[in-house]
Amino acid sequence: MTTMPPAAVAAESTGTGIVTTKAPVRRVPKRHERSLLASVALHGTLIIATFIALFPVLWVLLSSIKPASEIRRSEIALFASPTLENYRTVLTSTDFPVWFLNSVVVAAFTMLIGISMSASAGYALSRFNFPGKRGLMWVFLLTQMFPVAILIVPIYTIMAGLGLIDTKASLVIAYCTVAVPFCAWMLRGYFDTIPRELDEAAALDGLGPFGTFYRIILPLARPGLAVTAFYTFLTAWGEVAYAIAFMQGSDHYTLGAGLQQFVPQFSPRWELLTAGAVLITVPAAVVFFFAQRHLVAGLTAGGTKG
Amino acid sequence: MRKSFDRHWYAWAMVVPTVLVLGVLVFYPLVQGVWQSFTNLNESNQRTELCDKVLGGGETCVPNPDRAKFVGLDNYVDILTGAQGSFWLQFTNTIVWTVACVVFHYGIGLGLAVMLNRSFRGRTFYRIALILPWAVPAFVAAFAWRFIFDERFGLINGVLRAVGLDPVAWFEQRWTAMFTAVVANVWLGVPFMMVAILGGLQSINADLYEAAEIDGASPWQRFLNITLPGLRPVSSTVILLGTIWTFNMFPIIYFVTRGQPAGETEILVTGAYRAAFEGIRDYSLAATYGVMILSILVVYATVYKRLLARQGEVF
Repeated sequence: MTTMPPAAVAAESTGTGIVTTKAPVRRVPKRHERSLLASVALHGTLIIATFIALFPVLWVLLSSIKPASEIRRSEIALFASPTLENYRTVLTSTDFPVWFLNSVVVAAFTMLIGISMSASAGYALSRFNFPGKRGLMWVFLLTQMFPVAILIVPIYTIMAGLGLIDTKASLVIAYCTVAVPFCAWMLRGYFDTIPRELDEAAALDGLGPFGTFYRIILPLARPGLAVTAFYTFLTAWGEVAYAIAFMQGSDHYTLGAGLQQFVPQFSPRWELLTAGAVLITVPAAVVFFFAQRHLVAGLTAGGTKG
Repeated sequence: MRKSFDRHWYAWAMVVPTVLVLGVLVFYPLVQGVWQSFTNLNESNQRTELCDKVLGGGETCVPNPDRAKFVGLDNYVDILTGAQGSFWLQFTNTIVWTVACVVFHYGIGLGLAVMLNRSFRGRTFYRIALILPWAVPAFVAAFAWRFIFDERFGLINGVLRAVGLDPVAWFEQRWTAMFTAVVANVWLGVPFMMVAILGGLQSINADLYEAAEIDGASPWQRFLNITLPGLRPVSSTVILLGTIWTFNMFPIIYFVTRGQPAGETEILVTGAYRAAFEGIRDYSLAATYGVMILSILVVYATVYKRLLARQGEVF
């Protein structure tokens, strides 16, 4: 790992002129002592990055409290006669509340089914060496590669055959194809971080593999389960392709399918869209910020130990 | 086999529900999709029987004489020669789109992660602010950027006008339209990369940096010789996943450029979707697209894994 030959280092340290007999002299300042210039550059870059990360969200938020006439002006103004009129319109005279409710139902069921199916699979993949395990891991990764384009038509025709088109069940089932492999993959990474000694201790105390799983491991894995649950929820909350293809009446739409109704090609109503966008993002953001701390650990654990 | 079952039955029992779901919901449709790509299935010939209501409430059904049939490789030939759809245009778009997005995702994510990995005041604030885009659902972000780039009411053109420049009709040219979509997707995707890389950075042993400093390595040398090699396991995974996700990223193109102008910014996934669900629904064409996309990705992933394995990395 050394990048300089020892001779060069020796030459440098004698060059400083303050050679002490024991510990080698450190010319480099300690890592937490940063020159003023470096500090300014660091904060400057981060402030610009933060601005870029925040301004689209802020702009949508600010636009959502402008009256329609102000949005349609070509001059830019941060505030212009703020009003909550757009929110009132969205909530009372459009189908938005129905879409919102549909999305909540679909996302909640996807989450419940996704988690309960994938937790046990993730545990088995983490703990047991059984024939077919490597293949299964590959299959999970492979499903991430399936484009929506290849599954959507067959799933559509199957759902049509079962008479499920235009129902919430069809969406929940379709979303599980995405959620279950991914959840199993992520949970496996989380279970890997729980010490195996616990399993062995439980086995010594006479618990079988299922007992160990339900009584010992699941309670310990609560943070991992929560993250996976949130992740599934958000996936379903933000999905559009299946939602647009499967749902037909406006009162059956989820948010992903419905929101585009506000901005048709001609005469888009951006004032309604921005208000709707804020209302959709708030729950997603709340859920996300509860989960994000664990999400990092869960993702990297799942990702690096494949 | 028998012994194997005795030893492993509980492992299999735990995996069975997931395997069943995958089998029924992923592999059965997958097989169907591959089959459909060899047929001429579309909206008008999908019925296997034609039924007529007769007096008295019953139905008589006759087999549909025009039902979808096996056409061999016709769809593939049509697509690859350009007789149907515009595969090569969309293929080029997809490659440009994927490479641009992944390069910016990884580059910006790495830069920000390295900065956030130091200790300084305000670090937590920056970290939370910078992952905010991740919390925005993709289709909402797509609409937000469509709004920002709007030709008449958008923020970008407003700023251009305010400083005395001509506004740009972003969606009337292929590459400016593609640019808006790339900007939107980079904005959306950087936080994931940043967070994943940050996790990787924190797992690098700090002693290595200490030792390199004592040996007089410059910050740039430390970055090249410690940080990048230390990040390899994380990088190889997130780049593979990021490429696959971007390749299949549906909502950004669908809502930001909407394929404008005239389908010139369509990528393969949105092209397939429009074939299947817009106009006369051509299911077999969409299925053929799907098979092509999947094949491209599988080849890519295999080559990628080979290259990594050759360099001594197995993930």
